[in-house]
Amino acid sequence: MKRLIALSMFLPIVAYAVDYSKVQSDQSSIIFVSRQMNVPVEGVFKKFTAHVRINPAKPETATAQIAIELASIDAGSAEANDEVKGKNWFDVAEFPKAEFISSSVKALGAGRYEAFGKMSIKGKTADVHTPFTLKEEKGALSIDGAFSLKRLDFGIGSGLWSDTSVVADEVQIKFHFVVK
Amino acid sequence: MKKILAYTRTAIALHWLMALLVFVTFPVGVVMHDMALSPDKLRLLSYHKWLGVTVFILVVVRLVWRANHTPAPLLGSIPQWQRVAAQGVHVLLYALLFAIPLSGWLMSSAKGIQTVYLGVLPLPDLLAKDKVLGDALSALHQVLNITLLVLVASHIAAALKHQFVDHDGTLARMLPFLDRSSSK
Repeated sequence: MKRLIALSMFLPIVAYAVDYSKVQSDQSSIIFVSRQMNVPVEGVFKKFTAHVRINPAKPETATAQIAIELASIDAGSAEANDEVKGKNWFDVAEFPKAEFISSSVKALGAGRYEAFGKMSIKGKTADVHTPFTLKEEKGALSIDGAFSLKRLDFGIGSGLWSDTSVVADEVQIKFHFVVK
Repeated sequence: MKKILAYTRTAIALHWLMALLVFVTFPVGVVMHDMALSPDKLRLLSYHKWLGVTVFILVVVRLVWRANHTPAPLLGSIPQWQRVAAQGVHVLLYALLFAIPLSGWLMSSAKGIQTVYLGVLPLPDLLAKDKVLGDALSALHQVLNITLLVLVASHIAAALKHQFVDHDGTLARMLPFLDRSSSK
């Protein structure tokens, strides 16, 4: 009994040291903001699979692998959704998924971190990095961050759409993951 | 012949500037509405919104100006029913020139696309994104525009009738050069 009590004293510490790895899909989101004629337009990818393993005590060891189902895009209207699934944009028939695989995480100080990794979209892979923050609350860890991609690096929006005076090259990606 | 009482230069300038804007904004709206999604459509959509915002600003200026200035009276020879009809059409035109851009602005908000005037000045979104409301406002915007088309057609037809059938100089109140040319 004494041993149990002694053990239980360590439980909070043990819990703290445990990795968070169960991504709560229903509470997580991947949003993108494109600029059309200088108007920020928000869209969302409704379906994605995220494998994240992170220990807030040593986030440098964290790993993440995120696969986005591009057909689940909601770009704001039915017409836009049909367009962006097509060949000029994501070409979801040929390339159904976009993928991010982390390679390393660096602490930036003051509760901020930076994740480095490779982003693959439409058959093209590029190095990306994104700052993020961590927040632990009620046994769940929130990971929040945002970064920008250049859509033309991945051939997203080709042909007539490559005119960046209409749809800007830079697209912001905002992510929010809740991991238990 | 009695001297024509023309509108003031300010009223004339505001009227024709508004006419010009409406005659550009309306067809741009019709054309872009029927286009398939393309960069050109997005460009026209933006131009249409910028023109619409300009109409909205101008109609507010006109209403404020009109509230403080009484227009020159109509010719005494014009029958009472025509005076009432003209007054009614003018009130409705003002109302539509206010309501149409407003419905467009609300529609944009409801469709989740902010209006950024001239690509630099973001207007506040007056409504949260709501697809059903967006579609309803789109339908309203169209109905209001068809009404505007009918009223503008009547407005022009009446002006032409005064000029070419009645020869009473009513049109010269808004186009003073007609008065000078006819009095030669």
